Amino acid sequence: MELRSKVPSGPIEKKWNKHRFEMKLVNPANKRKHTVIMVGSGLAGGAAAATLSELGYQVKCFCFQDSPRRAHSIAAQGGINAAKNYQNDGDSVYRLFYDTVKGGDYRSREANVYRLAEVSVNIIDQCVAQGVPFAREYGGLLANRSFGGAQVSRTFYARGQTGQQLLLGAYQALEKEIAKGGVTMYPRTEMLDLVIVNGRARGIVVRDMVTGKIETHLADAVILGTGGYSNVFYLSTNAKGSNTTAIWRAYKRGAAFANPCYTQIHPTCIPVSGEHQSKLTLMSESLRNDGRVWVPKRKEDCPKPPNTIPEADRDYYLERKYPSFGNLSPRDIASRGAKEVCDEGRGVGPGGRGVYLDFADAIKRVGKEKIAERYGNLFEMYERITDENPYEVPMRIYPAPHYTMGGLWVDYNLMSTIPGLHVAGEANFSDHGANRLGASALMQGLADGYFIVPMTIGDYIGANKLEAVGADHPEVLATEAAVRSRVERLLSIKGTRTVASFHRELGRTMWEYCGMARSAEGLKKALEIIPKLREEFWRDVRIPGTGVELNQSLEHAGRVADFFELAELMCIDALHREESCGGHFRVEHQTPDGEALRDDEHFAYVAAWQFAGDNTAPILNKEPLVFENVALSQRSYK
Amino acid sequence: MKLTLYVWRQSGPNATGKMERYDATDISPDMSFLEMLDVVNEGLVEGGQMPIAFDHDCREGICGSCGMMINGIAHGPAKGTATCQLHMRSFEDGASVYIEPWRSRAFPVIKDLVVNRSALDRIIAAGGFISAATGGAQDANSLPVPKHDSDDAMDAAACIGCGACVAACPNGSASLFTSAKISHLGVLPQGQPERKRRATRMVLQMDAEGFGHCTLFGECQEACPKEISIDNIARMNRDFAVATISAREEKALGGVG
Repeated sequence: MELRSKVPSGPIEKKWNKHRFEMKLVNPANKRKHTVIMVGSGLAGGAAAATLSELGYQVKCFCFQDSPRRAHSIAAQGGINAAKNYQNDGDSVYRLFYDTVKGGDYRSREANVYRLAEVSVNIIDQCVAQGVPFAREYGGLLANRSFGGAQVSRTFYARGQTGQQLLLGAYQALEKEIAKGGVTMYPRTEMLDLVIVNGRARGIVVRDMVTGKIETHLADAVILGTGGYSNVFYLSTNAKGSNTTAIWRAYKRGAAFANPCYTQIHPTCIPVSGEHQSKLTLMSESLRNDGRVWVPKRKEDCPKPPNTIPEADRDYYLERKYPSFGNLSPRDIASRGAKEVCDEGRGVGPGGRGVYLDFADAIKRVGKEKIAERYGNLFEMYERITDENPYEVPMRIYPAPHYTMGGLWVDYNLMSTIPGLHVAGEANFSDHGANRLGASALMQGLADGYFIVPMTIGDYIGANKLEAVGADHPEVLATEAAVRSRVERLLSIKGTRTVASFHRELGRTMWEYCGMARSAEGLKKALEIIPKLREEFWRDVRIPGTGVELNQSLEHAGRVADFFELAELMCIDALHREESCGGHFRVEHQTPDGEALRDDEHFAYVAAWQFAGDNTAPILNKEPLVFENVALSQRSYK
Repeated sequence: MKLTLYVWRQSGPNATGKMERYDATDISPDMSFLEMLDVVNEGLVEGGQMPIAFDHDCREGICGSCGMMINGIAHGPAKGTATCQLHMRSFEDGASVYIEPWRSRAFPVIKDLVVNRSALDRIIAAGGFISAATGGAQDANSLPVPKHDSDDAMDAAACIGCGACVAACPNGSASLFTSAKISHLGVLPQGQPERKRRATRMVLQMDAEGFGHCTLFGECQEACPKEISIDNIARMNRDFAVATISAREEKALGGVG
């Protein structure tokens, strides 16, 4: 497989402009003759569907939720970055670009990241025009806050609900286009396969989740904006429905999957309270501005009430190890720190998997009222879940899977290795390298959705002559038949174990061996466990009911079946990457003081895996990463 | 904890439903309400029965997917809390809990506790937006917005579209939902050009969908997990009245040339 990134020539700051001029256009009168399929209605999908319809294309948009407004982008809390430099603190497009490449531990493609930083400013303008109620100063101008990995204040926010407000902006634009007839919306509809005709993506096979009807939709181009795959760990901060099926089906139809092992573990989540736990809840990174992270120095102190442990017996390990960044160390580093102390047996709370995030000093310093003003809603949420009052006793937190930097490989046009299949937002691999900075996911989703993919789709349609494909084309019928037989196969197993029990077991295995710290030995072990478990799943899973009704067990089973296969690819990728970078930490590759040790000589590339058949090892393709603007260096936060 | 559940079971949109009794055993007070249902469902599947279908997704109280009547109260007993954020410590050990879907003519039942809320999407499609096509926006700071207006807009925009207001209303009115969007966009300067048109069209759509009218019971703001205020309904009524009185014919000629 040839990986052509199609990065335009010329200086980095001129590439996108040059490319926009060079791309083919579609005559306004002809646009309405072309249909584009958009799978997913989050920031990337909702924005792209609305924008493509505004341009004149016929758009079919699909989501598994009952309304496009519920896509998981809605749960993002903190904010969205943009290089506006409204604070006059020295920000610029170049600085945002630089911070993002460095934050990604030098494993992203420079040209894509630069474009992201460039259009970030347009995103804020667009969102304000739509009525997104960003936080403002008394003078009426927009407010900013700071976030990890940056020394400027460039994060725009809407209280603790920035994702919600940005998504509602995109959703409202989408509804406007639905009303005009440019977009046909298919809620409660799940994509189960990709239709390829003559080597091009020409449609999708979907299941209506209410009636169970399986049918095919055809188009001139397909875009996937289906989010990340953190739910491979079972417990994550993702919504329960978030899944890998759309991108995994595309992978099995020939789209390369890039850097599957790059996962972000967020350091501040509420710890697991028991076996029944169904998901993990994030506590915003912003809490680390005032909270101090600690565990007892001695194991035997762990069961004691925290307030009875004297100052001298506490270990503020982030402050101790990283004096200059302290409690505000980047996500990957803070997460590993927590794991380390818990592995030493110094964790607190149920199962010893937790560390304290203590606000006592901050309350003493600025008063309870000030802290309530800053974090009141988060403290309330914490109390609602744990029944503990964080004003009186320290919060307990622990890292949790949160975001996946890996995804389908795309070129500069956000097109996968299958012509006509474009991928936007978290579902692609493009912009965050091996570690994503806070407030950058919303930026990428909207950049892809509003400003990039609507342009590059035009180039694809304008530059290629696409013959008409009928619903009776042999490839269409074959793909639909494959989907039906898979659904029937799942229903016919009639075993003894529930889908959730398999998902939990897969999640535990991945968390243990492919989580925050990975070793060759552990990954090899996972690669023995996972296929066995997958085989047991296909033999013993129990799915009640039929395929022609609303059947939530069947939906879950299809997704878990794909998670099994993805899990294996993640372990293969993690095993092959003999270095540590960003969220990928291999215990064999660390500096003498325990920090991630990159190997730029051998691993400065994108690992794009190609499907070679079931039970056959996938093929590794490499896209070398060339750094012309940012010098590679060791990240240090000491 | 041990609880006795009485749950509305209905196998499909046209099927006859009824309340079924289930025992929920080994329930921890730290579980969320939906995790309690997960446990019951695991037991049902192991016993070869269909699990109770319910909508849910983020389980953080922001996506608006979940929602059920719990002992007759939309989202259950905890104030300002969506079902997914309700925890079992809000219930007594040994209690009986009655669980039903949202009840409203405009929300037909699909299965068990799952209802069709697409009417809410159609209300937004009728006018719940600012027409600002991608690409033409001016610099964001060239339009200052007074902070209190921005804060009011945000208070209204916090609506998660769960439908609890409709389920709680004796009239089955969607006024709180509709007015929240009318307020969010109507208090911002960007929302002025379409303000009257928006109010008219959204209110008419709400009627067309079969929702009832508002008679200011106030049950909606009590049930709202985001504590959206009925002040918004006053704003909606005013905008609708002004729009009706000052309505002008829409001309098709503008911009043609």
